[in-house]
Amino acid sequence: MRAHLLMLADSRLPAGGHAHSGGLEPAVTARAVASVPDLADFLHGRLWTAGLVAAALAAAARAHAPAATDWAGLDAEADARTPSPAQRTASRAQGKSLLRAARATWPSPVLDGLRVPVAGGMPRAAHHPIVLGAAAHVIGCTALDAASVAAYGAVTGPASAAVRLLGLDPLSVQRALAELAGEVDEVAEEAATYAEKDWAELPAVSAPALDLWAEEHLRAHLRLFES
Amino acid sequence: MGGYHGPDQHHAAPKAGRPMRLGIGGPVGSGKTALTAALCKVLKDELNLAVVTNDIYTTEDADFLRRNAVLDDARIMAVRTGCCPHTAIRDDISANLDAVEDLEERHENLELVIVESGGDNLTATFSQGLVDKQIFVLDVSGGDKVPRKGGPGVTTSDLLVINKTDLAPLVGADLGVMDRDSAQVREGRPVVFSSIREEPDVPKIADWVRTHVHEFLHH
Repeated sequence: MRAHLLMLADSRLPAGGHAHSGGLEPAVTARAVASVPDLADFLHGRLWTAGLVAAALAAAARAHAPAATDWAGLDAEADARTPSPAQRTASRAQGKSLLRAARATWPSPVLDGLRVPVAGGMPRAAHHPIVLGAAAHVIGCTALDAASVAAYGAVTGPASAAVRLLGLDPLSVQRALAELAGEVDEVAEEAATYAEKDWAELPAVSAPALDLWAEEHLRAHLRLFES
Repeated sequence: MGGYHGPDQHHAAPKAGRPMRLGIGGPVGSGKTALTAALCKVLKDELNLAVVTNDIYTTEDADFLRRNAVLDDARIMAVRTGCCPHTAIRDDISANLDAVEDLEERHENLELVIVESGGDNLTATFSQGLVDKQIFVLDVSGGDKVPRKGGPGVTTSDLLVINKTDLAPLVGADLGVMDRDSAQVREGRPVVFSSIREEPDVPKIADWVRTHVHEFLHH
């Protein structure tokens, strides 16, 4: 299962991630991030907030997947922990793209049935970490594996966007990621402890500046990334 | 540039029961949006069509099409490409597929969906998972050596359009050279010279599109 897990974590999986900066672009616009040390701080903050929440949701989704027929409850928990409507939209867009890639790569009824019912309307795409957890189940990986991919993605996405937005030295950015690797593991391990707990106990830490910037970003005239 | 330069060998996306998807790509400023607008104007009364635009920074191309009222707003969708126009049309086509499929769901019996690429360079081509046919647009002001330089857009596109022929005398470009070099690198695939400014109804290109949509839908 190791190679499947690596495929799921690989940025070359065509799942739409390249169009999203994980909040880095508006942070750059606000001049909060301009250098590699700034980026390292940004990634650290994102990892322990949005990263932890996404990783815990992914772990819960992995635990829920074997019996899942209805994803609405867990999806609502994701909504409740994503205060910015712009980020909710971005997360569902990435969930939809990941589901497309995962269904084509690892066909399974678990993924075929992954829709969120909407009262009186068409079912909609699930949040990204939920699709990630379900895919981890399909490829035979654990809740910790799912949480690791989510935590890892929470920092590698913005890091690669930083290379493109700021022209930072990609080797220095890799080093910054390597220095953060221990914390990525810590976040994944903490997140995995929530896998079997009641969903109400899932972490709900937030980064208000990221939430606000995400809303401003949506209204920006010039932007390179969707989120 | 190395290795195989022929057409893509992968299986194309399934075709049954959906419109033909046509990609229009090419370098920045070559006239992709002008061509898209021209095709919409000429074909909208005879074909049920919709457009997806790819923009790097803004939704400018979609806004241009809306402003010029070449199509209803609901038939135009803009995709933002995250710094990499070629990634969004070739390597990771998910955002474009989402847009195409949304349009196909919203408008029954579509016959043609045009996907216009963001301006890129000579290496940009569309994935066969995204489009059935593709047009690559060059303009003469880039210099008459461009076709000779090749690249997959120039060599493998289903139709090469060399646009802005009206500028040839001003920029010292020899159309004969471009014609000869294109024929050489394209192994018989068609090339059309055009000046959208002088001939806004792009008759040869529109005919090519008509023929291919008809073939796609009826064979």
